[in-house]
Amino acid sequence: MTKDNHPLLSVRNLKTYFFQDEGTVKAVDGASFDVFPGKTLGIVGESGCGKSVTAQSILRIVDAPGKIVEGTITLTRANGNQVELTQLQPDSQEMRDIRGAEIGLVFQEPMTSFSPVHTVGDQITEAIQLHMNVTKLEARKRGIEALRSVGIPKPERRIDEYAFELSGGLRQRAMIAVALSCSPRLLIADEPTTALDVTTQAQILDLLRTLQQQNQMAIMLITHNLGVVAEMCDDVVVMYLGRVVEQGTVDDIFHSSKHPYTKALLSSIPSIEMESRVKLPTITGSIPHPYARPAGCPFYPRCERFMEGVCDKQEPTLLAVSDKQKVSCFLYQK
Amino acid sequence: MIAYMVRRILLALLTIWMITILSFIIIQLPPGDFVDTYANTMSAGGTGITQAEKDALREQYGINQPMYVQYLKWMGLIMQGNFGMAIEWGRPVLDVIGDRLMLTIVISLAAIVFTWALALPIGIYSAVKRYSFLDYLFTFVGFIGLAIPGFMLALIVMYVGFSYFGSNIGGLFSADYAEAPWSMEKVWDLIQHLPVPAIVLGVSGTAQMIRIMRSNLLDELRKPYVMTARARGLAESRVIMKYPVRVALNPFISTIGYLLPYVVSGSIIVSMVLSLPTVGPLLLKSLVAQDMFLAGTIVLLLGVLTVIGTLISDLLLMWVDPRIRLGRQ
Ligand SMILES: Nc1ncnc2c1ncn2[C@@H]1O[C@H](COP(=O)(O)OP(=O)(O)OP(=O)(O)O)[C@@H](O)[C@H]1O
Ligand SMILES: [Mg+2]
Repeated sequence: MTKDNHPLLSVRNLKTYFFQDEGTVKAVDGASFDVFPGKTLGIVGESGCGKSVTAQSILRIVDAPGKIVEGTITLTRANGNQVELTQLQPDSQEMRDIRGAEIGLVFQEPMTSFSPVHTVGDQITEAIQLHMNVTKLEARKRGIEALRSVGIPKPERRIDEYAFELSGGLRQRAMIAVALSCSPRLLIADEPTTALDVTTQAQILDLLRTLQQQNQMAIMLITHNLGVVAEMCDDVVVMYLGRVVEQGTVDDIFHSSKHPYTKALLSSIPSIEMESRVKLPTITGSIPHPYARPAGCPFYPRCERFMEGVCDKQEPTLLAVSDKQKVSCFLYQK
Repeated sequence: MIAYMVRRILLALLTIWMITILSFIIIQLPPGDFVDTYANTMSAGGTGITQAEKDALREQYGINQPMYVQYLKWMGLIMQGNFGMAIEWGRPVLDVIGDRLMLTIVISLAAIVFTWALALPIGIYSAVKRYSFLDYLFTFVGFIGLAIPGFMLALIVMYVGFSYFGSNIGGLFSADYAEAPWSMEKVWDLIQHLPVPAIVLGVSGTAQMIRIMRSNLLDELRKPYVMTARARGLAESRVIMKYPVRVALNPFISTIGYLLPYVVSGSIIVSMVLSLPTVGPLLLKSLVAQDMFLAGTIVLLLGVLTVIGTLISDLLLMWVDPRIRLGRQ
C-alpha cells in the first residue's frame, strides 16, 4: 500500500448524541469517512445535519451534554503510530498534543471565536508556545509570520489588536492563521468562508490550496456551498440528519449523484445558463425536529422517490455502487 | 478613550455637586432658622449658647441672606474642613465622624474581601460542574444565606458567642483598646475583631454573587472562543481560567463602587446589634435627633465616596476591558 492511499484520519460509525432533559439529539448518527493526506474532503449538508459536531467529535471538544456513544476515530500521527481518539480522555496530554498541533480547527463563527478581552497575538502565540517549545519572542515572530502568510496586511501591528478591531474578512483570516500556526497535518475548516464577500472568499480558498500543496496538509472542508466544493474538493461526503447518505469523488457527486437528497441539493444551486427569474427548485418539507427523527430512512418524508413500506420501515445502509461511490438508499440496494 | 474618561470625570463632579445641594437641603430641613434649632437643642442639653455666639453663627452661615448665598457660604466652610457642630455630641461633626468613617471603609473592604474570596471560587466551580452534587449544595446553602436577614444572623452569632465562648464578640475593639489612641496593638486588635462583622455583613452578598458569577460564567462557557481555546490544545483548567472566567469577572469590577453605600445603609441594624462603631448607626441616631449638620455631612461624605468609588471602578473596568477602552461594543 502506498502512503497516498493510507488515510490520515478514518472515522467509522461515529455517533455523537446530546442527552438533554427534553430528549436525545442524535447530532451525528453513524458517520463514516476517510481523509487522505494532501487531499480535501468536503462535507456538505443542510444546517443542523451534524457537520460541526462531527468536527468537534474528532477533536474531542464536544460540549456537555454531548457524548460520543459509538464508533472509532483513527488518526495516523506524524510518527506513523495510529491512535484511536475515542479512547483518549478529552483533557489528556496526548489529546492536547494532537489538538492544535496535528489537527487545526477553523471555527464556524469568526465573530465570536476570539476572546473579546485578549489580543489576537495572545491567542496565536499561546498555541505556538504550547506546541513548538519556543521562547515568547520567537513565538511572537512566528505569530506575525502566520498572520502574514494568510494575507493580513501589517501583521506586526495587527497582532496586538483585538478581534473586534478587525473586519470580518481579517478575522476569518486570523482564525485560519491560528489554526495553521503549528503546521497541522489535518485542517478542519468549518465554513471558513461564510461571512465573506466573493473576492475574499476566493482569496482564502486559494490560500488554503497553496498551503495544502506546500506541506501535504489534508483538509476537511465543511460547507453549505456546493460551488466551493466543486472548486476545492477531491472527495465529498453528503450528510443528512447525522448520517452519511452519499459519498464519492467530486465527479461522482456532481455528475452521477445517486441519492435523491444529493440530487435535490444539486438542483437547488443556480447555474449561469439557467434562465433568470426561474424559481429554483427547493427541497420540499423541512428538516425533521431533532427529537422527532422519522423511523426508517431519515429522508423519506421529503423524498420524491419514497417507496411506501420500504423506506419508512427499514434503515438503509451505506453501500458501494461503484469503485469509490457509496450511497445509502433502497433504490440502489437490490 | 480620553473622551470617555473626561465624560466620566465631569459626570462625577456634577453628581458631587448635586449631592452637596441635597446635603444642604437636609441641613435646612427642620422648620425655622437652624441656628435657633441648634441653640435650643444645645440649651436643652444643658450647654447654653450666648447671643454673641448665635450672631457669629448667623454671620458665618449668612442667615437672612438669599438661599444661594447661604449655600455658597456653607460650601466655603466645608472647603475649609468646617462641617459644623454635632449637636448631641457638642463636638465638631468631623470629630464625631472621623474614625467611624474610616472603620466603615475598613469593614466594607473586609466584607468585600470575604465575599469575593468565597463567592468567586464557588461560582466558578458551580458553573463548570453544573448540576453536580456540590453545585446543588452551594445553591441550597446560598438560598438560605440570602433568606436569613443580616440582623438575625448577627443575633445568632452573638448568641453563640455568648453561650459557647462566654465572650461578647460584638464591637470592633476589646475594651482595652476602644478609647486608646491608634497603635500597632490597636490595629492588631481591630484585625482580630474584623472576621465576625465581615462575615455577617458579607453573607447575603456572597450568596448573591455566587449566583451572578455562576450565570455569567455559564453564559461565557457557551461562547465559541472557549471551544477554540480548547481546540488549540490548552489544558481545560487553563482554558477556563484564562478566557471565560476573565470575561465573567468584568461586571464585578463595576460593582465595587456601589458596595460602600450598600454596606452602610444595609448594615445599620446589623451594626447596632454587633455594636460596630460605623457610620450607619450614627446616621440613624442623627436623623432621630434631628442633628442636621451631622446627618447632612454623613450623606455628603458617603455620597462623595460612592461617586469616587464608582469613578474608580469605571476607570478600572476601562483598563481591563478593551471593548470599553477602545470604544467598541
Ligand atoms: N451544545 C449542544 N447542545 C445540544 N444540541 C446541540 C449542541 N450542539 C449541536 N447540537 C445539535 O446537534 C445538531 C447538529 O448540529 P451541528 O452544529 O453539527 O450542525 P451543522 O451541520 O454544523 O449546521 P450548520 O450548517 O448550521 O453549522 C443540531 O440539531 C444541533 O441542535
Ligand atoms: Mg456548523
